[in-house]
Amino acid sequence: MIEPGTLQSVRVERSRDTLSSAAEKRQGASAPLGWAPRLRSGRTVVATILVLTSTPAFAQSALPPARFAYAQLEDPRQEAQARALMETLRCLVCQGQSIADSDADMAGDMRSLVRERIAAGEKPEAIRSWLVDRYGAWVSYKPPVEPLTWPLWAAPAVMVALGLWLARGRFRRKTR
Amino acid sequence: MRRLLIWLPLAVFAAFMVTVAIGLRKPAETEIRSRMIGKPMPDFALEPAVASHPPLAAANLRSGKPRLVNVFASWCVPCKAEAPQLMALKRRGVPIDGVAIRDRSEDVARFLAEWGDPFDRIGSDPASRVQFALGSSGVPETFVVDGKGVIRHQHIGDIRPENVPEILAAWEAAK
Repeated sequence: MIEPGTLQSVRVERSRDTLSSAAEKRQGASAPLGWAPRLRSGRTVVATILVLTSTPAFAQSALPPARFAYAQLEDPRQEAQARALMETLRCLVCQGQSIADSDADMAGDMRSLVRERIAAGEKPEAIRSWLVDRYGAWVSYKPPVEPLTWPLWAAPAVMVALGLWLARGRFRRKTR
Repeated sequence: MRRLLIWLPLAVFAAFMVTVAIGLRKPAETEIRSRMIGKPMPDFALEPAVASHPPLAAANLRSGKPRLVNVFASWCVPCKAEAPQLMALKRRGVPIDGVAIRDRSEDVARFLAEWGDPFDRIGSDPASRVQFALGSSGVPETFVVDGKGVIRHQHIGDIRPENVPEILAAWEAAK
């Protein structure tokens, strides 16, 4: 998320091009800003700025984001590993988003944790299991193979088998 | 058989709709319990959060007596709401330590001056490291840690007046 401070310095009269190019510049170094292209009219921009600069209903920390919350690792191979892992870890406060997608402070801290551990040479699956040990399988978007999830893993095979069984009459008729 | 089979897709569809309806009526479980209950406190040594209080380390929690660890932040509104309950617990003789999440020293000091100070020690956790190690998913959360440093109980969210007895009981049970 763009900090209120950044937006305060953007004057209201500026066209949306200025805003979105500012957003794109940030996008290179940070999480995707999906809403930026949706800023169509000047009124939306004004409303957005008002919302972002007003006293927040959800309190946020006054500290700057953690070191690697919005900064990529220098090694592209490590960054790709971290990215892939972050996309399959669930944000704890904004449930339903991955930490790669979320702008919550806590998701930023978790991204920083993932990147620092990858940079220190830890395997992505070791980081995942460290988190699963603390939060349960819930924190991971990659379902483990266990009795509870067997139906999930078996579903594709069952569906194909069911389809073949339903279609068997048709095949027989054709070969006749 | 064939006559019955023709109803199968409809039956599957009906079962699907019933499942969806039940899922919609049941509120989603949003609390994520820590899996660290019953396990020893992970090792950490935090910097002091405010000059007025000594910092917190995992070793301080192996004190021989059960303690509460309150994960809080000055920017967190429910943390203000639970402050009177923490003060009440302190008056009942429960020792409480704090972990301040992503907080600045001056903000913590102001928070304590305004909402009361139940803490013996406060550690600063600027990047939520200890919070992740504890399996805590937000502020405020309160953990009961026994004298050997084993986590015994987790309370998620602000401590309301009606929660005080259950936390006292968990603290007594950890003795």
